[in-house]
Order: sequence, then structure tokens, then C-alpha cells
Amino acid sequence: MTAITERKLARPADRSPLDHASYGDRIFRGLLTLGAVTIPLLLGFLVLELWQGARLAMGKFGLGFVTNSVWDPVAVQFGAFPLIFGTLLSSLIALAIAVPLSLGVAIFLTEFSPEGLRQPVAFLIGLLAAIPSVVYGLWGIFVLIPALRTTAFPLLREVLGFLPLFRGPIYGPSMLAAGIILAIMVMPYVMSVSREVLLAVPDTQREAALALGATRWEAVITAVVPYARSGIIGAVILGLGRALGETMAVTMLIGNRHEIAASLFAPGYTMAAAIANEFSEAVGDVHLSALAYVAFLLFVVTVLVNAGARLLIWRVARGSAAGGKAL
Amino acid sequence: MNHRGLRRGVSNLMVGLVTGVVLVALLPLAFILVNLALQGAGSLSLDFFTRTPAPAGESGGGVVHAIVGTLIIVGAASAIGLPVGLAAGIYCAEYPASRLTWTTRFVADVLNGTPSIVVGVFAWAWIVATQRHFSALAGSAALAILMIPMVLRTTEEMIKLVPSSLREAALALGYPRWRTSLSIVVRTTLPGIVTGSLLAVARIAGETAPLLFTALGSQYLSFRPDQPMAALPLTVFTYATGPYEEWHRYAWASALVLILVVLVLSVGARLAIRRRFDFHG
Repeated sequence: MTAITERKLARPADRSPLDHASYGDRIFRGLLTLGAVTIPLLLGFLVLELWQGARLAMGKFGLGFVTNSVWDPVAVQFGAFPLIFGTLLSSLIALAIAVPLSLGVAIFLTEFSPEGLRQPVAFLIGLLAAIPSVVYGLWGIFVLIPALRTTAFPLLREVLGFLPLFRGPIYGPSMLAAGIILAIMVMPYVMSVSREVLLAVPDTQREAALALGATRWEAVITAVVPYARSGIIGAVILGLGRALGETMAVTMLIGNRHEIAASLFAPGYTMAAAIANEFSEAVGDVHLSALAYVAFLLFVVTVLVNAGARLLIWRVARGSAAGGKAL
Repeated sequence: MNHRGLRRGVSNLMVGLVTGVVLVALLPLAFILVNLALQGAGSLSLDFFTRTPAPAGESGGGVVHAIVGTLIIVGAASAIGLPVGLAAGIYCAEYPASRLTWTTRFVADVLNGTPSIVVGVFAWAWIVATQRHFSALAGSAALAILMIPMVLRTTEEMIKLVPSSLREAALALGYPRWRTSLSIVVRTTLPGIVTGSLLAVARIAGETAPLLFTALGSQYLSFRPDQPMAALPLTVFTYATGPYEEWHRYAWASALVLILVVLVLSVGARLAIRRRFDFHG
């Protein structure tokens, strides 16, 4: 009896008057909580739906789905290896082109650019990220591919034809065309993140290198870039995540063939493109389920890639915050 | 000491090279915009904005069905996505110590990196497969899911810029928390939140992949959200990959309209943000 009254009396006393929640506060917090809770629920639901959609194909093909190369809706045989291969290869081509360019721009903007150019150039490169994927696809079909087919590809074949990568007949739509368009699309992301990471490098790094007699370039290469290394790797991986899931432009340029070719001039396919092309016209439940399986795999891979990238960027950002406090 | 000239030379060369790279990186943007303007502008006409497409093979017609469709689909997506994203963003900023905040922020990052086509598959499985027909609403749902994490992030970041002294002053004057949040914190940062939301709208307006098997596209002017509906990005895709010359011209013109809408929204939003920061700085 006494214990109960004590507890009752004690309760209002532990709260400061500021903490006292009125009805208005409770309703407000309740509504906000509703919004905040929706997001994890949505993700859970998304994973569940993908899993359920893919279950039929998972049961039928198991993990062999990843290594099998046959994709035959008529014979109801599905294997995603050419799709996975195409996704990885097109993304790697994109990174091979986009990373040097983005890093160059980021280094220029943080280290060498005149003050007045910084904002406009960053803004213009950022505009590339605002252009819808389907517009890249359109431009790729009618401008990029004709240009590549008539000039760049024949030139590449002549100069680098000793490599199997650059041999064989030249079609327009190809792995290389898709890689190039992906490079343009991924560039703004890699550029803006690596620029942020480079900006986070403390000026003492630069000053120390210059004071030791390094040239401007040597200071960048020996003192700035190594300091930001893991953040730059994070930026690149973030770009990879973008490239892996990019759909429309790739679908329009890659040629959409379930094949693995040594030549980059040959058409290929990616996971996202296969879903885009075949999902609404899928014949039968197994085909549909196989595509859902592909979507599930794509989801898992992009989550892992993005999580890795964020971890790396976060490490650098934390380091710089600590450095900032130390100064 | 003889190396010194060489080292300086290398340095200048590399600085020059990096400067050149900027030009190379800007080249695609210039080409895309110029091509769009040149190829698209010729096909813009009053008919283009007021009529539905002519039957395949015939000339004439327009894309009013797709413009209306995009407005409806994106409008509905914003009506679903904005409130959720805003509420979640305010929650994360106002209750940073809550475990739900950590979870929501983490999940929003995951969703932000999820390919839009995967979200399309989800919307298909969730809405189209259960209703057994394609619908504009399913497309809106997919776009809303893409929009929520973007709105959440910008809202949260904008609110975090508000100095805590402002919040403390309001609380000290006896404002309840909810009024402090809404009429002091959110109100102060409202321009930033609005521009962040506009950026998100601009981003989803150009999305094609999640609409492919949800809204599906259509040749007719439709106002019914439970039926298939056309959208500008879908029109660009269908016309660009179609066989007719005429279609290609319409693809360019639709793309020009689409990019104008997207650029006006996103450039306007960015400029507004910058002006705001200049004002405070």
C-alpha cells in the first residue's frame, strides 16, 4: 500500500517540467513516429515481397542460378550468369573511365582551381546527375552509338586489336557503349564524394608537403590523396553501386543478348536490363520468378556495395572531424 | 638540384592535365543539352502539347496524354512520399537519441542505394500482382518509395542547421515541444525543406524503370489512377526504341520537355538553397 503511493508520488518528481508531455506533444510525436516507422517497415516488406516472388525460382534452380548460363523461357531453364557477368563488366568499364576523370576534376576543384571556377564547375558536373537515365539512353542511341560505330570503335580495333577485348565485328549497341554511357552517369557521384573527401583533408597536410619542398602536384599526390585514400575508395564503390543498378540507359545501349562475349564490341545484357525488358512480357510463373530472383540478387549486391562505401566514407569523415577539433 | 626543373615540369604538366580533364568531363553535358535543343525544338508545336498520338505510321499528334500522366503520377507520388519523408526527417532531427532514428536513417540509406528497377519489381509484386492489372497508382507508389529517403535526408540535414539556442529560447518561453518544432524550427528552415522536396520531385519525375511494369504506359489520355497511364519518360523510351522516324522525333521532343521540367525544378531548387546560404553566411 505504501509502496504504491510512494511510486505514484515519485513519478512526477523524476520528470523535469520541460519533459512534461502535453497531449499536443504526444500526438505530434506519434505522427512523426508513424512516418519514421514506415521506412523500416517498407524495407522489410520489400525484402519479403522480393523473396516471395523469387521463391519458386530459388527452389527450382538453387544457387546454381548464379553460375548457369542458359536463359531459355521456352524450355523453362534459367541461369543468370551472363546477366551477372554483363552487370559487373559494364560497371567496371564505367569505373575505368569515370574514376580517372572524376578524380581529376575533384583534384582540380579542391587544389588548383581559381576560386571563381569552383562553384560553377561543380554545379555543371552535378547537372549530369539530374539528367534522367532515359534521356541518356536516347542520346546514346542517336548520337553516341553512331559516333562510336563510325569512328571510335574502328580506331580502337586498329590500335588495340591485338587484345581480344577489341576484336570482332562492330555492332552499334555493345558492352562498351553501355560502359561509356554509364561512365558519364556515374561521374558526378564519384566526383562530388571525392571532392568532399579531399576538402576534408586538413590544410596542414598540404602545407607540410610544400614546406618540405614538394611541387604543387607532388604535394597532392604524396600528402593529400593518400590521406583521403579510403574516402576516395568509398566514392568509387558508391559509383559502383550506382552503375550496378542503372537500368534505362544500359537497356537502350547494351544490345540485350544473353551471351558472354570476349569482345567489348559485342552486345551483352545486365541484370537490371533483363528485368526491364522481360518482366512485363514474362511467359509463365517460372520466368517471372527467375526475374524476381535476379532483382533479389541485384538488391543484395547493391546493399552490400553501398554499405561498404558508406563505412569507408564515414571513417574518413570521422577522422577529419577529430582532426578539426584537434586544430 | 638538376632534378628540380624536371619535377617542376612534371608538376605543371599534371596540373595542366587535370585542368584538361575538366573540359573532357564537361563535354558530354554540353553535347547532350545541345543535341536535345537542336533535335527536340523542331518538333515542338501546339499540337505536341494538346493532342494524343496519331495511330502508328500516321503523322501528327502529340504527347498530351504523357504530360498529363506524368503530372498525375508524380503528383500522387509526392502526395504519398512527401508527408512520410517529412515526418520521418523531422523525427530523426528532433529525436536524435532514439533507437528508431538510427534504424530509420540506416534503412533510408539502404533504400537510397536500391536500384529503382528493384523498387519497380516490389511495387509490381505488392500492387499489380495482387490487383491483377497495371495501374498508375502502383507507379506512384514506386516513385514515392524512391522519394522518401531523399526527402528524409534533406529535411533532417536542414533542421540540424537550426541553432539550438533558437529551440531553447522557444522552450524557455513556455512553447510546447510540438509548437517549437513546427513554428520555430521547421518554419526557420522551411525554404531549405521546400527546395529539398523539389529536388526529390525533380529526381522522380525523370524515373522510367519503376514505371515500366506498374504504370505501363498507354496511348490514350487517361485520368484514372487505377488504370495504366502514360508518362513522359515512358514515352521517350517507347518512341526512341521504336522503328519509325516520326517516333524518334517525338522521342527527342518529349525528352526536351522532360529535361526542361527536371532542370527547372532542380536548378531552381539548388539556386534557392545557395541564395539562402549566402544570405546567412
